[in-house]
Amino acid sequence: MQTAVANANEIHGHDTHHGADHAHHELSFIRKYIFSTDHKVIAKQFMAVSLFFLFVGGLFALMIRWQIAYPGSAIPLIGNILPNSWVSDGAVTANFYTQLLTLHGTVMIFYVIIPLAVGMFGNFCIPLMIGTDDMALPRLNMFSFWLVPPAGLIMLSGFFYDSGTAAAGWTGYPPLGPTSGPGQTTWLVSLFMIGFSSIMGGTNYMATVLNKRAKGLQLLQMPLTVWALFITAILITLGTPVLAAAIAMQICDQYLHTGFFMPDNLLVTAPDNTYVTNAFIAQGNQLLEHKQLLGGGGQPILWQHMFWFYSHPAVYIMILPGMGIVSDVLSTFARKPIYGYKAMIFAIMAIAFLGFIVWGHHMFQSGMNPLLGTTFMLSTILIAVPSAIKVFNWLGTIWKGNIRFTAANMNALAFIATFIIGGLSGVFMASAPVDIYIHDTYFIVAHIHYVLFGGALFAIFAGIYYWFPKMYGKMLNENLGRKHFYWSFVFFNLTFYPMHILGVGGHMRRIYNPYIYEFLQPLQPMNQFVTFAAIILGFSQLILVVNILWSLKYGKAAPRNPWQSNSIEWSAPAHPGHGNFDTDIVVYRGPYEYSVPGRESDFYPQTEPPSENEVPVHSGH
Amino acid sequence: MSGLSLSHEPVTGVPNGKLAMWIFLASEIMFFTGFFGAFIVLRNSNLELFSHSAGELNKGLALLNTFILIGSSLTMALSILNLEKGNTAKFRLFLGLTILCGFGFLIVKTIEYTTKFGHHIFPWTNVFFSFYFIMTGFHALHVIAGMIPMFFMFIKSFTKKGYNYPTKVETLGLYWHFVDLVWIFLFPVLYLIFPSH
Repeated sequence: MQTAVANANEIHGHDTHHGADHAHHELSFIRKYIFSTDHKVIAKQFMAVSLFFLFVGGLFALMIRWQIAYPGSAIPLIGNILPNSWVSDGAVTANFYTQLLTLHGTVMIFYVIIPLAVGMFGNFCIPLMIGTDDMALPRLNMFSFWLVPPAGLIMLSGFFYDSGTAAAGWTGYPPLGPTSGPGQTTWLVSLFMIGFSSIMGGTNYMATVLNKRAKGLQLLQMPLTVWALFITAILITLGTPVLAAAIAMQICDQYLHTGFFMPDNLLVTAPDNTYVTNAFIAQGNQLLEHKQLLGGGGQPILWQHMFWFYSHPAVYIMILPGMGIVSDVLSTFARKPIYGYKAMIFAIMAIAFLGFIVWGHHMFQSGMNPLLGTTFMLSTILIAVPSAIKVFNWLGTIWKGNIRFTAANMNALAFIATFIIGGLSGVFMASAPVDIYIHDTYFIVAHIHYVLFGGALFAIFAGIYYWFPKMYGKMLNENLGRKHFYWSFVFFNLTFYPMHILGVGGHMRRIYNPYIYEFLQPLQPMNQFVTFAAIILGFSQLILVVNILWSLKYGKAAPRNPWQSNSIEWSAPAHPGHGNFDTDIVVYRGPYEYSVPGRESDFYPQTEPPSENEVPVHSGH
Repeated sequence: MSGLSLSHEPVTGVPNGKLAMWIFLASEIMFFTGFFGAFIVLRNSNLELFSHSAGELNKGLALLNTFILIGSSLTMALSILNLEKGNTAKFRLFLGLTILCGFGFLIVKTIEYTTKFGHHIFPWTNVFFSFYFIMTGFHALHVIAGMIPMFFMFIKSFTKKGYNYPTKVETLGLYWHFVDLVWIFLFPVLYLIFPSH
């Protein structure tokens, strides 16, 4: 201990000095709970904000579903209390419907999945799992969170414009995007802010993993959650700025009337405005009458390239942390080492790398050069290889394991199942000839929900059940947890599986009223079935909310290591305070030494010193 | 409690702030890559328009700005060097010169912009000028963003305690050199690589 004290005193520089002496003096309420620099508090803040947005985005989804199942009929309960600009006779108007679609996608991706997977777990897990006291740059971390609530409010504020909020889809394609009203601007500004928040977070995660690992912890001894978050941080820092540039260009197209994404000779008539690009537009010798003159010479497809250059890696930003979490949860509850630890890491890296060169598969039908389509098709199908490596390794991990069916583990197992379905439907769309048929149908809606809800969100649930004891010092109620899982899993599949069939039947996505297409009418009972399943799925999430609130108040106090897990965070006190650990952390081995032959207990924490007569375990396998 | 050595020396040997700055600069590169990439695409589809419009830009002023920025990178490096040596007076001098160069750059930029406006050239005139204004505009914003912390350091260096965080100045220096480097790309791409008319 003497050397430890000496070390602490030796630490110089402004970067580290506050970590040591904050343990003593009390922080004010505001600094402790609101503008906190403690990574655990920031993680909880991300969790609260994102769960709120999960509720909002879910509500949007249910309103959308109601309109598709019963076009023109009043939404039960809330239909008659919504303002008249949104609903007529309690039913969603067409304009409001497209706004709901746009905001459902945007909110769920940028304000729910990314902040939960990256903001919450990145903040909570990284410092604890690498055995350090906080992030590399705690204040930057605080700023990265405090951009999120204002960005979210700006996003929602769009609804209160007369012309409504963004309605160009979550992809915001031009020319529709830049010729929309001010709602599109709030959407763009909000995305720019949350992107900036992501970049600050990603920068911080990378610096933390590289610089702040506990004594003895090699890179190849880090849990897969940390590895996944680290690679995700790389995706964020390299992908998000390109979207930021594209957003800046679209804002300019809208307000400065530049022509980055607006082609020449374009005439758009919106309800309240007529937009004409470039003065070449003339009939005979007469210029067309117009209210506004936009610059031309740009290309709408350019936006698509820039947008998907970020937004394809973004799907890996959303799923990779989940993959990491699932790996740790499965290994812990199968009481077995993760199968193929290094292969798992290389698979994450391969997915991340390939993720940057496949964006064109969103654009097979955009008018892009078909030759390019072939390239993107090949690189996309290649992603199936590392993905399959991961799936087989998870199966190898639970193979003949001593599986404990905790709520966390059940969600992790569900992740594998749904990810396989979502992954396989992805291969369909990756193949350009097949995609031509199923493009823009409910098949793709089914696919994205299988990977984002079934994949990312189930992994997030697994993570919440797994780390809740360390976050709040209380155990979640296992019984309620299992109920939440069963209801979610069953009704998730009942909601989204039929969408595959709808899609193959030719049901277009984003349509307002399926009744106007005669060929869709036989599918309408299935649409109504999906809607009822979705409503039950939505209400099942209340079990999670109740569970969290109940357990916070009445839950059993959590022990230090409730799951007999190996990784470093379980060496911290049951409810760690600022500074995280009460002992010095020295790491002796990798995180997956479960059921080591010859040991009495079936786990072997990373921080437990080896006994003297023991052959040291070879690190990282 | 405070005896724990969790906050140890950075594993990589690079201070946290500096490492994060390097990572952030990688992110910044991708930000400008977005603009450069879009520029390349639209240049190829509007080649004549681009070369015609580029001819209207003032190469002389841009060259002047290039010298100013490169000069400011030199003074920035010298101010870091002097702070590390403990020579606070010279640190302050060179930091002040860097700030002045930043102002000089912005003034020249303003002259350029206002002349353009005087010739009825605006961001919406054509897509080349859209790029010209948004790229140089974002670059100028980066110059301003760099000058703000410089200004604080400069003011603080006059206080009793002085300013004695060489690592922070060095980190800011990294950013400043990056901003300089972006201009080194912008100058030829916007001003030089088109045949003048």
